[in-house]
Amino acid sequence: MITFDQIKKAVVVSVWFMFLTFPIMVIRVNPVEHIVEWRWKNMLLIGVGSFLLSFVWHYFIRRKELGTRKAEAGEEGEAIPLAQRILKNKAIYRPTLVALGIFALIFPFIFSLYQTNILISALIYIMLGLGLNIVVGLAGLLDLGYVAFYAVGAYAYALLNYHFGLSFWMILPIGACLGAIFGILLGFPVLRLRGDYLAIVTLGFGEIIRIILENWNEFSFGPSGIANIPRPSLFGIDLSVHDATIYIYYIMIGLCLLTIFVVNRLQDSRIGRAWIALREDEIACQAMGIDKAKTKLTAFALGATWAGMSGVVFAAKTTFVNPASFTIWESIIILCIVVLGGMGSIIGVIAGALVLILMPEYLRAFSEFRMLAFGVLLVVMMVFRPGGLIPNVRRTYKFEGVANAEES
Amino acid sequence: MEQVLKVQDLSMNFGGLRALDAVDLDVGKNEIVALIGPNGAGKTTFFNCITGIYPPTEGDILISVRGKEKPKRINGLKPNKVTEKGLARTFQNIRLFPNMTVLENVMIGRHCRMRAGVLGAVLRGGSTMKEEKAAVTESYAILEKIGLDPFVNEFAKNLPYGAQRRLEIARAMATEPFLLLLDEPAAGMNPNETQELDELIKRIRDEEGISILLIEHDMKLVMSLSDRIFVVDYGRKIAQGTPEEIRNNPAVIKAYLGEETDA
Repeated sequence: MITFDQIKKAVVVSVWFMFLTFPIMVIRVNPVEHIVEWRWKNMLLIGVGSFLLSFVWHYFIRRKELGTRKAEAGEEGEAIPLAQRILKNKAIYRPTLVALGIFALIFPFIFSLYQTNILISALIYIMLGLGLNIVVGLAGLLDLGYVAFYAVGAYAYALLNYHFGLSFWMILPIGACLGAIFGILLGFPVLRLRGDYLAIVTLGFGEIIRIILENWNEFSFGPSGIANIPRPSLFGIDLSVHDATIYIYYIMIGLCLLTIFVVNRLQDSRIGRAWIALREDEIACQAMGIDKAKTKLTAFALGATWAGMSGVVFAAKTTFVNPASFTIWESIIILCIVVLGGMGSIIGVIAGALVLILMPEYLRAFSEFRMLAFGVLLVVMMVFRPGGLIPNVRRTYKFEGVANAEES
Repeated sequence: MEQVLKVQDLSMNFGGLRALDAVDLDVGKNEIVALIGPNGAGKTTFFNCITGIYPPTEGDILISVRGKEKPKRINGLKPNKVTEKGLARTFQNIRLFPNMTVLENVMIGRHCRMRAGVLGAVLRGGSTMKEEKAAVTESYAILEKIGLDPFVNEFAKNLPYGAQRRLEIARAMATEPFLLLLDEPAAGMNPNETQELDELIKRIRDEEGISILLIEHDMKLVMSLSDRIFVVDYGRKIAQGTPEEIRNNPAVIKAYLGEETDA
């Protein structure tokens, strides 16, 4: 089934790739011995590789187009993705959930501290992703400075503990409140903005917070940061590093469950619908009686709350904070988690966080290629699954007769 | 006659352009009023002024929900406040929420009549659940009236064109308006769909007691539906009256067809 045309295309692709990678893969200048090495073997490998990959690429593109055509023709029976079928089927869904729950509970006792630590950071990112999901996924407000709220939470714990000796559990709610307050603070000036302009302002906001933390030495101790932040104590008992890590792990599991619970309830409520309407069409949304300003502010505030909380946990986990942890890069990763996982989809965001945070940890052997893999993954995802790993599904209702509404 | 909407000397300037120049208009209780005029006459600007999307430069917009109370000024209110007061609109170029289901689109219309806040949504207390359930039932009832109930769980973007137009009306009705503003509801519809729309609009007026102000280019529909017609051209009102009067009004004929010359 391979036509001459396809072979021609693949040849063009491979020649093009050989040409593109020629300077970096073939030529190697040895400055010590003043000779130029010509590695023609590499060129051959790239040629053959891209020739074959081009077939794979075209195969998937064709399959995708076939799928869209089918969906347009109304044959949607097969088009429901596997993930959604699993979610719909309670006989598979429930046991999987229980198994995952048990696995999560006993995880720190079967795996090493190192593994637990990695999972804690993944859980922190799940929480951040779910928070940003409210702002970006549901309300459709592109926020590139989300990490600022994370920094607010982390510094809230560090500073309040340093100056007043407040404990982790006291600061957790304070961090959440501070996150919400800063969310509203950012929300006010950007009420009128949308799209690209909003993205630029939020980007600026994120940088402002970081630069303040970096330069206001009297307040935040500058780039050197704040060290010796205590780990959370269990009813006043100080735990060893090992026990404290496990303790933080359970705290994070609890907080993540809380986030999932709250976000899930919010998105099918009056407020959640207003957020989605705002994302879909701002003018129509106002014309239907939704207060745009209030809706945007609640989205910013509720999104930032989770970042504030996870910031507190982050400070408690690393026992050290400095501005270098809160660069724009963090914002981008969190945004990637949301986009890659599926905007507006809770399970998608969780999957996205696990993939993007755990993958680099376990592929340390290839760490030089980390950015390359990251880029390729994003491009491939956006081409083949623009809706994300597990796209959002809207809730459906069943009606029997006139007035019997039943949730399904 | 009891008036639910009274617009006095409404003017709107965009920089140096006078889009509306002292337009008067009123809508009586249970009346269907049409606003017609050539393209660019300022009809949609008029709607946008009434619904708060633009604050009018001059003039007054007065409403009286049941036609009996003392009229209240609503100029300068935000669009969502205007909707809360009971004026609901549809859009010329369909503005649905494409990635929400049909039912959710209508439920958005219920938004301003619901009270649940963030805490209510998270805790799902008794009153929130009752409100939510009522919203679902009422929204479904509206969809049944409009004839969109087979599409309840479809995404709005997947609906056929005529159904999308009707969904806009359903969504507007969910806000419990006393006056419905329809901006070219029949645009792009075939004669069959237009006929259905004609019946639907009459039914909304008769059964729900909602007054209607509509902009429309389809003269057959306008003549069959409206009790009274207002004609605007270049931002000025050039005529008003019953369909019969408007049909024979020389100023209207001139605006639409141009003047006869002796060449």
